Amino acid sequence: MSLRGTVRAFPTLLRVGLSEAVAYRAEMLVWVLATTMPLVMLAIWTSVAQGAPIGRYDSPAFVAYFLATFVVRQLTGSWAFYSMNFELRDGTLAMRLLRPVHPLWAYAAESIASMPMRALVSVPVAVLALVFAGARAMTHDPVLWAMWVVSVLGGWLLTLFVNFAVGSVAFYVESSIKLMDAWLVFYFILSGYLVPVDLFPPAIRAVVDWLPFRYQIGLPVELMTGAHGRVEGLLMLARQWVWVGVALAAASVLWRGGVKRFEAYGG
Amino acid sequence: MRYLRLLVMQVRASLLLAMQYRSDFLLDGFIEVFWMATALVPLYVVFRLRTTVGGWSFGEALMVMGWFTFLQGVLEGAINPSLVTVVEHIRKGTLDFVLIKPADAQFLVSTARFAPWQFVNVFTSIGVFAWGFHLLGRGPTPGALAEAAAAMLVAVVVLYSIWILTVSAAFYVVRIDNLSQLFNAVFDAARWPVSVFRRALQWVFTFVVPLAVMTTIPAEALLGRLPAAHLAGAAAGGVVAFGVARLVWKASIARYTSAGG
Repeated sequence: MSLRGTVRAFPTLLRVGLSEAVAYRAEMLVWVLATTMPLVMLAIWTSVAQGAPIGRYDSPAFVAYFLATFVVRQLTGSWAFYSMNFELRDGTLAMRLLRPVHPLWAYAAESIASMPMRALVSVPVAVLALVFAGARAMTHDPVLWAMWVVSVLGGWLLTLFVNFAVGSVAFYVESSIKLMDAWLVFYFILSGYLVPVDLFPPAIRAVVDWLPFRYQIGLPVELMTGAHGRVEGLLMLARQWVWVGVALAAASVLWRGGVKRFEAYGG
Repeated sequence: MRYLRLLVMQVRASLLLAMQYRSDFLLDGFIEVFWMATALVPLYVVFRLRTTVGGWSFGEALMVMGWFTFLQGVLEGAINPSLVTVVEHIRKGTLDFVLIKPADAQFLVSTARFAPWQFVNVFTSIGVFAWGFHLLGRGPTPGALAEAAAAMLVAVVVLYSIWILTVSAAFYVVRIDNLSQLFNAVFDAARWPVSVFRRALQWVFTFVVPLAVMTTIPAEALLGRLPAAHLAGAAAGGVVAFGVARLVWKASIARYTSAGG
């Protein structure tokens, strides 16, 4: 599993992933539509903010925030833990292990390859956000946008590595889907997905700053909507990438230990 | 009478199956209660900032949340498990074995599987109601309780009808497991009173996807402020939904050509 081999195989993996994404486009569309939670929250928060703004959010600011949330979720999403659980149980992971490319690279390629299809849905939403909420609610600072790109990459990697780590837990127990459920609960509540983090009471916010969840989705959204200055944003980015490192370490330890125990089906 | 005996039998089979996975029960129950937090936290934060939203106070909004939790228990405990079973049957062609049985096929597929552990949600919902009434500083009147029970019956009928329509779709398209995902996503909006949403959405949630019938109307009934006309309207809607679902089911099953057809 040399790095060179992987690099050479990667374009092919991406092509395969892309054609899979295109083949199951209807399914994909339903998946995208099923992540309507930000849109429900959008409807609720805008009507709550109708009388007077809440914190720094008035109605248009909420529209921008939750449309941004929707877009970022599409760009950083990964369900690798689900495939891993499935393939571990029915033994098809053995097929992946036979190939001269590390399975985690293959899962990563699948995740990247689904991006164009997801972008097809999320880009119109982003445009809508600009039209309806006005450019006012988005940041104009090109440096912040550059940081946004880094933060989306970080959010995606963090989500992917968490998926790998949780997926690898399935080597040790029957199924780690419940574990991911528990993670998702925290993720939904504390990432800024349902409630902008700055609307939490200060004590909770202080805790949220140090947990990984906000860096999966909240940080890119906040950078996009101009919640942070450059310096503050950089500090948050640093925290995000520390978490990316931690998640990668956890994933590789769990994977290495797990793959030794793997006996394919009937073992 | 025969169908009642059949129902008891089907429930017992599911119960025996569920008893084999007792440790799952604890975990499932725990996760369910945990998931409640995703609903309660936004509600709590919103009401920390505003005393009323769309004309509902926090205590009143908890009634909606309570019914949502209750219905979720019904959905996950009695409706979705059967759905998964039917879809498998249709895909593999083993639905034949259901159809040749000397009982109504719709009845058989609807009662095929229960997940008794999911009824934890029913108890959780009682807790949510108690909290809400505690905040309101009063309890429900007996009349309101009766009305709420009637409204809930309508809600379950509507939910079941939507489910039958979903199952019918499985005869036409192969994969519908993410159709139920989609339904769940929309159903999430039922955590909030419909009056929170804007006019257009309110209309959609009342007449197209009747979320209002499922949680807002029972909550209003429990609070004792549901106009009788609304309850009657909801009941009429429920009957229509059930009738349409039955007709669509009949039409779909007539098209069924078994595996390879």
